[in-house]
Amino acid sequence: MKTLVWVEHDGSTVKDATLATVTAAAKLGEVHLLVAGQGVGAVADAAAKIAGVSKVHVADDASLANGLAENVAPLVASLMGHHDAFLAPATTTGKNIAPRVAALLDVMQVSEILSVEGPKTFTRPIYAGNAIATVESADAKLVITVRGTAFDKAAREGGSGTVEAVGGAADAGVSSFVGEEIAKSERPELTSAKIIVSGGRALGSAEKFQEVIIPLADKLGAGVGASRAAVDAGYVPNDYQVGQTGKIVAPEVYLAVGISGAIQHLAGMKDSKTIIAINKDEDAPIFQVADIGLVGDLFTLVPELTGKL
Amino acid sequence: MKILVPVKRVLDYNVKPRVKSDGTGVDLANVKMSMNPFDEIAVEEAIRLKEKGKATEIVAVSVGPAKAQETLRTALAMGADRAILVQVDDGVEVEPLAVAKLLKAIADEEAPGLVILGKQAIDDDSNQTGQMLGALTGWGQATFANTVEVGDGNATVKREIDGGLQTVTVKLPAIVTTDLRLNEPRYASLPNIMKAKSKPLATKSPSEYGVDIAPRLKTLKVAEPAGRTAGIKVGSVDELVEKLKAMGVA
Repeated sequence: MKTLVWVEHDGSTVKDATLATVTAAAKLGEVHLLVAGQGVGAVADAAAKIAGVSKVHVADDASLANGLAENVAPLVASLMGHHDAFLAPATTTGKNIAPRVAALLDVMQVSEILSVEGPKTFTRPIYAGNAIATVESADAKLVITVRGTAFDKAAREGGSGTVEAVGGAADAGVSSFVGEEIAKSERPELTSAKIIVSGGRALGSAEKFQEVIIPLADKLGAGVGASRAAVDAGYVPNDYQVGQTGKIVAPEVYLAVGISGAIQHLAGMKDSKTIIAINKDEDAPIFQVADIGLVGDLFTLVPELTGKL
Repeated sequence: MKILVPVKRVLDYNVKPRVKSDGTGVDLANVKMSMNPFDEIAVEEAIRLKEKGKATEIVAVSVGPAKAQETLRTALAMGADRAILVQVDDGVEVEPLAVAKLLKAIADEEAPGLVILGKQAIDDDSNQTGQMLGALTGWGQATFANTVEVGDGNATVKREIDGGLQTVTVKLPAIVTTDLRLNEPRYASLPNIMKAKSKPLATKSPSEYGVDIAPRLKTLKVAEPAGRTAGIKVGSVDELVEKLKAMGVA
């Protein structure tokens, strides 16, 4: 089987989510990559070095500069004559593009796979991860999104894929990019952080979130997350949200502070290696999944912890 | 401008799903069912656009069993003007691709300026239907919307993406899929619930639209996820620091 993997990049480097997708694709067969964008020669060269990659297709065109699904999907579909499966990381970019590709190919997509069980058989989470379905596709081609935390990352070095330019990109003329507000931060990205400190509604305000959570995260060199309640209350921006509808994370250590542990939140972090919870309510559901729990007032415990590390 | 709002009847957000002991799926017998929360946000957004004078009519659509009428009545009680149910037999699951094909056929008939959908349904968590409808219609898609501004012949949408927000402009007609923070849906008032009972609701079948709803994915098994068990509780910050040090974290 020949697979085509969507390379998620920021114009200069290949993002980690791509590497897990390569691992999933390698379980199906030969791995080809698609690098789409404008001025992405360097990304293509880096992508060709990823272990296990045999070919990199590069589509360099102004219409692809911002990854608009309307322009990208027809390009991907045009390459699927020579590939059997299209795989994209289940990031907001992948989720935006892949179904549009699937419908162009008249294929029912398999979303957010957790494992490859056979050439057309996969497991995937349903009901916010409260159940795991094993599904088999009857379509001739496969379109798949891959949950990044469920697969090991392929090595960035060791491959020697050939790089080949592809044409045919065009502006569909129905959408245009206006701008982006991307939070600039020295912190590790949530989806690749080794340690995450997350805050919940119990913090009470944006000021307290800054005062209590951030120093601890700084001390640990951790990424910062939040529960949906904390995001909805405006303590932190939306991209901090960990949960089924936010980011799915699986760090070495997940420290949940003042988070009760709603199903929705647990779905986003329960694959973390070690979960530590600090909460004043000893019956909070978070303690049912936590490896280490500390019951008490976070406003005294967390500064004390920060001080003693 | 007309707005089409597809809605799905799903297991209520507050009900904990139970996997059936025979591994065929999640138990939906005698449990509370409600409108998919992201679809409620879609209905609300459509109503707000109508209140602002940007839309003239809101048509709610559902693909589902006869009981999905209740979901459509909820949309009508919130403020949709009329509803279409594409009815399937009880227990038949219609996949996003088939739903998108039905919506394409309905969009051809209704000629809406906007189709506003939830970004995903909280049962199958597919997150596909809006994008697939985009492909089938050739219209622009603004997914995971955080704010929607309808202008002259276009809509400018702020999208929730990994790392922050992205703004795109799509030409109308277009597809918008909703994210959580687009709005807070209203509750239907009692008078409006009563009024909704007499609003028009048409019932159709997939074959009337010439769409084959046979599934492409076969569910072989549904299982509980591997569980986590509660660990230990420590009595003090000092103990926690020791544990962290033992793990090599601090």
